Amino acid sequence: MIPVSFDYVRPATLDEAVAALQDGGEDAKVIAGGQSLLPVLRLRLSAPSLLVDLGGIAELRGIREDGDAIAIGAMTPHHDILRAEPVRRHVALLATATRTVADPQVRHRGTLGGSLAHADPAGDLGAVAVALDAEFGCVGPDGPRGVPAADFFVDFFTTALEENEILTEVRFPRYTGWGSHYEKFHRVAQAWSIVGVAAAVQVEGGTIAQARVGLTNMASTPVRARSVEQALVGSPATADAVRAAAQHAAEGTSPASDGDAASDYREHLARVLTGRALLAAVG
Amino acid sequence: MTTTAEPGLEFGKARRRKEDLRLITGRTRWTDNIALPGMAYLCVVRSPLAHARITGINPDAARRMPGVLGVFTAADLGTETVGLPCAWPITPDQKAPTAVPLAVDTVHFAGEGVAVLVGRTPAAARDGADAVEVDYDPLEPVLDMSAALGEGATLVHPELGTNRSARWVFDSAEAGTGGDAAKAISAAESDPEAVVVKRRFRQQRLIPAFMEPRSVVVDPTGEQLTMWSATQIPHILKTMTALTLGLPEHKVRVIAPDVGGGFGGKLQVTPEEVLTLLCAQRMGKPVKWTETRSESLLSAHHGRDQIQDVTISAKRDGTLTGLTVELLADMGAYLRLVTPGIPILGAFMYNAIYKIPAYHFACTNVFTTKTPTDAYRGAGRPEATFAIERIMDELAVELGIDPMELRRKNWITHEEFPFTTVCGLTYDSGNYEAATAKAEELFDYAGLRREQQERRRRNDPVQLGIGISTYTEMCGLAPSRVLGSLSYGAGGWEYSAVRMLPTGKVEVVTGSSPHGQGHATAWSQIVADQLGVPFEDVEVIHGDTQSAHKGMDTYGSRSLSVGAIAAVKAAEKVAAKAKKVAAHMLEASEDDIEFTAGRFSVRGTGKGTTIQDVALAVFAAHDYPEDIEPSLDADYTFDPENFSFPHGTHLCAAEVDTETGEATIRRYVCVDDVGKAVNPLIVEGQVHGGLAQGIAQALFEEAVYDESGTLTSGTLVDYTIPSAADLPSFTTDRTETPATSNPLGVKGVGEAGTIASTPAVVNAVLDAVRHLGVRDIEMPLTPHRVWRALRQGSASAADEANVGAAGGGLGSIDPNQGGAR
Repeated sequence: MIPVSFDYVRPATLDEAVAALQDGGEDAKVIAGGQSLLPVLRLRLSAPSLLVDLGGIAELRGIREDGDAIAIGAMTPHHDILRAEPVRRHVALLATATRTVADPQVRHRGTLGGSLAHADPAGDLGAVAVALDAEFGCVGPDGPRGVPAADFFVDFFTTALEENEILTEVRFPRYTGWGSHYEKFHRVAQAWSIVGVAAAVQVEGGTIAQARVGLTNMASTPVRARSVEQALVGSPATADAVRAAAQHAAEGTSPASDGDAASDYREHLARVLTGRALLAAVG
Repeated sequence: MTTTAEPGLEFGKARRRKEDLRLITGRTRWTDNIALPGMAYLCVVRSPLAHARITGINPDAARRMPGVLGVFTAADLGTETVGLPCAWPITPDQKAPTAVPLAVDTVHFAGEGVAVLVGRTPAAARDGADAVEVDYDPLEPVLDMSAALGEGATLVHPELGTNRSARWVFDSAEAGTGGDAAKAISAAESDPEAVVVKRRFRQQRLIPAFMEPRSVVVDPTGEQLTMWSATQIPHILKTMTALTLGLPEHKVRVIAPDVGGGFGGKLQVTPEEVLTLLCAQRMGKPVKWTETRSESLLSAHHGRDQIQDVTISAKRDGTLTGLTVELLADMGAYLRLVTPGIPILGAFMYNAIYKIPAYHFACTNVFTTKTPTDAYRGAGRPEATFAIERIMDELAVELGIDPMELRRKNWITHEEFPFTTVCGLTYDSGNYEAATAKAEELFDYAGLRREQQERRRRNDPVQLGIGISTYTEMCGLAPSRVLGSLSYGAGGWEYSAVRMLPTGKVEVVTGSSPHGQGHATAWSQIVADQLGVPFEDVEVIHGDTQSAHKGMDTYGSRSLSVGAIAAVKAAEKVAAKAKKVAAHMLEASEDDIEFTAGRFSVRGTGKGTTIQDVALAVFAAHDYPEDIEPSLDADYTFDPENFSFPHGTHLCAAEVDTETGEATIRRYVCVDDVGKAVNPLIVEGQVHGGLAQGIAQALFEEAVYDESGTLTSGTLVDYTIPSAADLPSFTTDRTETPATSNPLGVKGVGEAGTIASTPAVVNAVLDAVRHLGVRDIEMPLTPHRVWRALRQGSASAADEANVGAAGGGLGSIDPNQGGAR
């Protein structure tokens, strides 16, 4: 790999990282696990003048139970997340989706924060964050702030993070006892999703009490399938009801046409895969 | 795979490869690992456009950059009239441009080199190359073969006056090897008791995608100029480099060190090899070029890319009466080493294992503004096998006959060998009945057919299909006389030398240069048996034209059935020489000496000596027969009398999820007959890898160009190579019908899996969805294409309008991705 040459710093604290980004100006870029950035550098599609490596900041790594939320440090690798007991217990959808990310090597290097901040619409974890109403903790020169998942993803590879701002943690509300499933559709094992569906449902006495559905690669950002959710709430937890609700999956989406799929095929897949994800989630 | 060796013999032992410990623990010597004092690095400035006039190249900014040692254009290097070699002019009137290593005035494909930059470090070279300013005046790209042959088409090479490079025809009536296919088909058309089936198949463009990217190091500072290259063909490269650049051949040494795969993709004399050499000479210091993966996908030669129009005729009872094949073959922008001959290698295989009485084949080779095509695993034979095995299924549907029954009715039976085909080839041996019977048993053909019917009956969203491929192929390239008759520029022999060292150890020199096949292990097994020495005592020397001076290298599944036979013959000569010396040492008549398991003994006495002792005695040379020279070493150049014809039966069960269009292989059984197996474990490995690549063509891989001629599948994100996770667990087995054309009874195995598997998979997927109105789906059978075909199938059943376009490769026969045509 021969990228365009750049400067590199590896700060030990968040404050130093923010300062380094500020000093680096608009061509400075954060590197987390490098699993998205390095290919871009290798292909010379990006030429940052400074890379600020967050790998040396201990406080950005780790999973903790924090009141009614599970807080995951932005630099926590996928591998740790899918094994963590609090995640499996309270945010099972995240663990399930994380298990489908790339391959074991990537899951050891790649991080939750890096993946979400990269904001590739084909990335699997954005749909989970959107579906589960995660909150994104960010720190910049003006201090910390929280951004709801619904506002975090702005466009292709674009988030609400300001220049000089760093994503520090992602807080997921507890979905203890919910059924969930991530249905991923891709060409080959290590490939990006053509379409993915993240679904979580709370069933009470045979009726769907609450439902959350997020879609991967159905727009320039991960999107919430709200009409599916609305159709589900109050429905019996049956295959027929779930399939009927899934028919709304493509509503409000704007999928791209590319070499893998035309937009009408993606819309079709969203309906089929939403049905499958919900059936698995209902159990 | 279990060992089938007889006690005491290496032949048939499923040994682990002796080279693997070193290779898989990273103690390797790839070309890119080589570092020489003062070495500089080359980077190629490549055209982003498919077709354009170069209006200016400004190297000034690049020259001023730190670490840049030089920037060179074709004019600077004097390569404007240098043509890379094409060794296979298929017709006397074949048209070909000078295949310049760097574009001169015009670029003819995206990825073609326009300048080179030499830097002190790889990074300096890459940064410098990015700073070279090239101005282009775009020309219209030439992308579609049919359009390229039309009146008024833009010409890739205007000086040729046409985009048609050559047209090559074989007609069995003209050749006297069979009947008149055109007559047979027109007779069938007017005969109510006969059927004619016509199909157009598309062999999508593929990329060999070997694991080790290409790399070249040239050291011009020694007495001989030395080139290390990640190549399959060090010997051909040496001779061709000398001829191409006018260098004295004895001043050139080529070394293929450890080479990480090739699949035909490194059967080439590349622009970069020539450019690295010229730059090294120019700089007076060693220069290295190593490509990036993106460069490899873009500019290393591609494979396949043919349109096949196939017509077959048969009587109502299934008896085949005639076959015609009309091909368009995409050469890309230039003819590389064997580009024009690739479709010709398939020409003799369309008749496959069947007794087809009349055959006509014609191929038109076409220039386009795409990356040149050339050999890729199977080279012509996968295309032929696909066409015949696909159309046999189509014919079976037309006739309402079980596809296996149709094959059985027409194949050559085992009593009929040797069999001379409608192409004039003589298949020496085979037993299609035995391989098929074994495959059917392993597969549970009847049980899967029952399940298929049940799934259809209950309209299951997941449908099941069964696909057959009863293939043969011609490999073991090749009898030199046959190559001569096809106007190929060289012979097909192979060379080996066997040397006895004073301590009784053995060195085997082979001209067949491996790049992952396991020659070192297999040759050691073979020669150990021949000389009766331990397996561990044999060293195989290859890949360096200084130590293995003569050879024709590795491709076309030739190494074992040609290269190893040369080693057998050389070892026989060593044993014969040793026998003379042993007789002398034992004071016996040579006629009384027996040689068994490395020991020479005097018949009827307890006296004897070992080949190791003989080797030491000959080394000392104090006392040896007067009529011989004091050496046991011998060599042999083996020219095969015939090709090798492996065959087998591949059965695939595929499930198609009709809701998503995803096709998944449920079961894959293959029974291959590759003759005697020297090492069943290596055979197994070759079959597995071959299957993966053949299945990849069926389901996963495609080199896609957009309408501007840009390769859009230029990374491994878009060029979807399957991994183990995407493939089923294969059930493999073998039958052993020895080849009669060589003393070991072996046949080639390197390409068989790739050749056989593609039609088995496609036939299976179509069999799963044919009842839903789908007649064909273009490869690769992506979920998108299958879903589109299913929609069109049901749409055509309901007489609905066309459902619209889908994203697929440009050059598709049907822009709506096939289905229900």
